[in-house]
Amino acid sequence: MSENVTTLTDASFDEVLRASGEPVLVDFWAEWCGPCRAVGPVLDEIATERAGSLLVAKLNVDDNPVATQRFEVQSIPTMILFRDGEPTEVRIVGAKSKSQLLAALQPHLPEG
Amino acid sequence: MVSTSSAVEPPRKVVVSSVHNVVIIGSGPAGLTAAIYAARANLHPLIIEGEPSSTVDQPGGQLMLTTEVENFPGFPEGIMGPELMQRFRSQAARFGADFLTARVSKVDFSERPFTLWIDDDMYRAHSVIVSTGARSRMLGLEAEQRLLGHGLSTCATCDGFFFKEQEIVVVGGGDSAVEEATFLTKFASKVTIVHRRDELRASKIMRERALRNPKIDFRWNAEVIDILGETKVEGVLVRDTRTGLEDKLDATGVFVAIGHIPNTSLFAGHLDMDDHGYLRTSPGGTATNVDGVFACGDVQDSTYRQAITAAGSGCAAAIDVERWLEANHEEPADALGTPTDW
Repeated sequence: MSENVTTLTDASFDEVLRASGEPVLVDFWAEWCGPCRAVGPVLDEIATERAGSLLVAKLNVDDNPVATQRFEVQSIPTMILFRDGEPTEVRIVGAKSKSQLLAALQPHLPEG
Repeated sequence: MVSTSSAVEPPRKVVVSSVHNVVIIGSGPAGLTAAIYAARANLHPLIIEGEPSSTVDQPGGQLMLTTEVENFPGFPEGIMGPELMQRFRSQAARFGADFLTARVSKVDFSERPFTLWIDDDMYRAHSVIVSTGARSRMLGLEAEQRLLGHGLSTCATCDGFFFKEQEIVVVGGGDSAVEEATFLTKFASKVTIVHRRDELRASKIMRERALRNPKIDFRWNAEVIDILGETKVEGVLVRDTRTGLEDKLDATGVFVAIGHIPNTSLFAGHLDMDDHGYLRTSPGGTATNVDGVFACGDVQDSTYRQAITAAGSGCAAAIDVERWLEANHEEPADALGTPTDW
């Protein structure tokens, strides 16, 4: 996992999201989920390329049931974009290619 | 023999203007076996492996969403589907196959060398192996768009976890439906298999396992006409195929496994297909109607559709390509290396 990717837990979830000045893309994932592993490197790349304008964070659904249930995640990977601690309309279900993810995030990212 | 390297090269993003000996489209058991053989024959194959997704339409193909594979020879204890595909890929990479994690958006097989596009990037190839496989068929209901990720799932191994002590409906009667249903009983309180016939199409061993499982119920002669719920799945509306009567099954989770559709729309107008969209290949071989384009695996097989038969036809395609290149290649023969001792 890239050093630009933050690991979230039930305990740290709200604090990290509220403290972030940038939008935060939270990836709800688990070790045993093949598509989650496939999309992992794609998220690493996005985290590195967009460092400074987007924070990429991961929440393991196995270990963190509270946040998982609070955002009604029933399928993984699910990626939700948060701003100021609140979810935006960007909710991506299922593994996607880099271009599909960037297209979904585009309205919330600065130019370039 | 070169020493074995266990490290797999990360996918390289390269746009090459030169002409590849062979480009392989798709990376399931067929494409990766073709890649292993073509790489060992010094053909330096380029594999355009597809893009991440939560359907079977992804690098590695259908086995990426399965759990234990019990019938692949050489693994007497069984092996997890994604692990098996990772091994296929490592084996191809070890012999110098190049991978692009991308999806082919257009092809032109009307003249040689052939041309393939990934969006605006163009690739040229003396020969092509098509191994794009098949994707899961969905029900075609409007509700599927709305409820995907909210109780409706295309990946039992990913999402079964979210249905602990809940009731699930699995639609279908073949091996994949029965495998998913059996897997989901690890989490669910009850799994109902809805099937439009009165017996399972699945293989005998899978059938018996399901019939014996106390958590699996069957709803025979029934078809799903709607999935109920606005923001999350609340049930399934089924119609009896004999009486036409409709009723509702309670469920918070729905998994659909009603068969596959070959991924061939990319090749419309270029390659001959049967009425169901499967590519036509020469009897007992892998040649398509376009000289220099070969096909293997589920994209041309509506009969067997097994990982091992796909792998076998992938091997055949690579051998057919090597022979075809030797006979047709315009470049000096030594550009292809020495003929391979298979």
